[in-house]
Amino acid sequence: MANLAANFIGIKSPNPFWLASAPPTDKKYNVERAFEAGWGGVVWKTLGSEGPPVVNVNGPRYGAIWGADRRLLGLNNIELITDRPLEVNLQEIKEVKRKWKDRALIISLMVPCDEDSWKDILKRIEDTEADGVELNFGCPHGMAERGMGSAVGQVPEYIEMVTRWVKQYSRMPCIVKLTPNITDIRRPAEAAKRGGADAVSLINTINSITSVNLDSFSPEPMIDGKGTHGGYCGPAVKPIAMNMVAEIARSAETRGLPISGIGGVTTWRDAAEFMALGAGNVQVCTAAMTYGFKIVQEMISGLSQYLDEKQIGLNDLIGRAVPNVTDWQFLNLNYVTKAHINQDDCIKCGRCYAACEDTSHQAISMSADRVFEVMDDECVACNLCVNVCPVDNCITMVPMAKGTVDPRTGRKVGDYANWTTHPNNPASRAAE
Amino acid sequence: MTNSPLTPGIVPGRLPAAAYARNFDDHEPAFDMHEARVAADRCYFCHDAPCITACPTSIDIPLFIRQIATGTPEAAAKTIWNQNILGGMCARVCPTETLCEEACVRETAEGKPVEIGRLQRYSTDVAMAKGVQPFTRAARTGKRVAVVGAGPAGLACAHRLAVHGHDVVVLERRPKAGGLNEYGIASYKATNNFAAREVEWLLQIGGIEIRTGVELGRDVTLDQLKADYDAVFLGIGLAGVNALRAAGEDLQGVRDAVEFIAELRQTKDLAKLPVGRDVVVIGGGMTAVDAAVQSKLLGAENVTIVYRRGQEKMSASGYEQDHAVQAGVRIIHNAAPVRVLGGAKAEAVEFAYTEDGPGGLKLSSETFTLKADQVFKAIGQTLAGAPGGLAVEGGKLKGHAAKVWVGGDCALGGEDLTVTAVAEGRDAAEAIHAALTGG
Repeated sequence: MANLAANFIGIKSPNPFWLASAPPTDKKYNVERAFEAGWGGVVWKTLGSEGPPVVNVNGPRYGAIWGADRRLLGLNNIELITDRPLEVNLQEIKEVKRKWKDRALIISLMVPCDEDSWKDILKRIEDTEADGVELNFGCPHGMAERGMGSAVGQVPEYIEMVTRWVKQYSRMPCIVKLTPNITDIRRPAEAAKRGGADAVSLINTINSITSVNLDSFSPEPMIDGKGTHGGYCGPAVKPIAMNMVAEIARSAETRGLPISGIGGVTTWRDAAEFMALGAGNVQVCTAAMTYGFKIVQEMISGLSQYLDEKQIGLNDLIGRAVPNVTDWQFLNLNYVTKAHINQDDCIKCGRCYAACEDTSHQAISMSADRVFEVMDDECVACNLCVNVCPVDNCITMVPMAKGTVDPRTGRKVGDYANWTTHPNNPASRAAE
Repeated sequence: MTNSPLTPGIVPGRLPAAAYARNFDDHEPAFDMHEARVAADRCYFCHDAPCITACPTSIDIPLFIRQIATGTPEAAAKTIWNQNILGGMCARVCPTETLCEEACVRETAEGKPVEIGRLQRYSTDVAMAKGVQPFTRAARTGKRVAVVGAGPAGLACAHRLAVHGHDVVVLERRPKAGGLNEYGIASYKATNNFAAREVEWLLQIGGIEIRTGVELGRDVTLDQLKADYDAVFLGIGLAGVNALRAAGEDLQGVRDAVEFIAELRQTKDLAKLPVGRDVVVIGGGMTAVDAAVQSKLLGAENVTIVYRRGQEKMSASGYEQDHAVQAGVRIIHNAAPVRVLGGAKAEAVEFAYTEDGPGGLKLSSETFTLKADQVFKAIGQTLAGAPGGLAVEGGKLKGHAAKVWVGGDCALGGEDLTVTAVAEGRDAAEAIHAALTGG
């Protein structure tokens, strides 16, 4: 059984699976249940300034989209930061940390964008013995309207400024949580780094409307006939999150900045993918909210088995795929593949044919007795047939050996060559 | 007096009163909305889907399933009814495992096809519950068509003709419309009077008059109909029954299975319907299974189907055979009746084992005897009461003659299935429409 013990910016946890700052981590009761189930750490639900706590809506706060059999694919929420008094949260954090010394306990913070507010809250949390702080610059609803959350996260200068304050007034490790509701994730990450952040965590939730009620014409979740955009999360956002993690991991400016990966992590495999793209650990919320805390046990056993099978340690996994994330312009244009349909596995549904014939390159033939075959002289290897085929591995992409002739182009498959040197590229010609 | 499964002879009330409702309840419960959505989601929406090809009425199955998946079962039902106006009944009685579901690519992939029949039932049930006939008639053409036989073929033909604006008179020899849907299938396949409700719903289209108790040949002749109407459709089914041609066939207790099934279907209180203690059903088709299973459900102690050829030759589907066995029916293959034994009443049937060789079926010298106080003959129906002057081939009416079209079990071609009858009735209606409108 592989050792999953993780050390993320000096914060130790028995495994790299943390619960993200969210409803599941709002109080001692939930957090202790999570630790009992095996979670390596939690980021306590975001604390605000001292004083009367925020209030939440009293109608639905979650919306969702579903796949087959009502499998939850995406969730959104309009819940705000903790609506419990600061003192109660601080007391509970202290109790939990004392009892669960081996687990990571991070406090998420969100206070108004002025130095005193941050100085004050940092002082208040000092004696909780929590392991670190996470700055919530991501929450896209409600709090953003009050100049906090993603309203800060969308302005790199503010991120840098607040991070600087936090590092100035606290000795705790500082994680900056980023909003994906921006055009280029590298800018806020760079700002956090300049401000002295020990790590970034991403993604926070994405602005979204999950559905519209076609009888009442209100967005869901609906509050008295109205709706507002909520933060989207769950399996549906994972591809967006992974790209953002990878962009930060491979950028020259931010390379080496520790990343806590968040966004749709549901299984050990999701976690492994985030880590391969540079995340030092992962944070989970929606999967726990969908299935309960016990899912961490599958994550632990699955990741252990994978590491054992690969005969690598946890740290060997982190960032292992980063060198393979590149720009389009560096992709090998002489890498030629052709789709191949395994006739033994084919169940003759014809979806590949419909997809190729109607929407792509007319490269699949269909016989009267429903035999579907790829025409290599038409196939551009787009992969759509592979993606729509309901049978695993029935259609595969077979690379053509170097020196063979691509029947579509009539050209020999050559050595690596990319767009930067391609004759059709005006820039490459200009360079000549 | 209380009877039990052990009471000798043919007697009613073998079971506690409550058992009948339970035994004759829907044998395959309807999907609820969630189940239907989950089942619908399994459909791959195949290109030029094999299930459509396998359906005798060519229902656009992937489309109707997608319409269920997106929460519009009413639209799904319309898709079904466009091709098969008796889609509700076909959803219940079609041997889907040898038609659409056999062709389903998921049957190929994992041996578990999309449950097309149950999905069809779900959507047609939901839509029918609204009580609305989704089709409207075209402007009246003034043409009149006589349809003989209010079975699936006749009803499908009448509805399609009515849609095209023709006026239709349906002549039916029995007291009720519906044909085998009403009189000929096992009760648990179409519970809650479904056959009659479907007919009532179908007739909402208007322009169709049903005259029951009118028999071709007895009350009216084909020549009269040809003179009085612009066209005639014959969907008269197979009214005759094959004889056993074994000694003792006329003993008390020996009966045609179709007659028993019809009586059962029309019996309000099944506790009053007599059934034997030892029932023997001779035959290998759906009728044999329906008679045998229902005998068992009525409380017969021993029910045996005896079929003269091997299992692979049985025309009852594998699903039906399994259903019979699960209901406690014993199936004996490769044995043919030699004689029915008894005094005035049947007491047993003597069978000889058979050998099915290149020279045909041969009786071996080895025999056995089964106790039987009730014997059902289910060895096939034949064309009867067909008017003269029509071409007959292989015991069936062959194609169309002047002003006369044929379809359903009485017609040549296709299997004797409800769904085939619907397809033939519908297609005949289109041909009649083309002929009447100079197409």
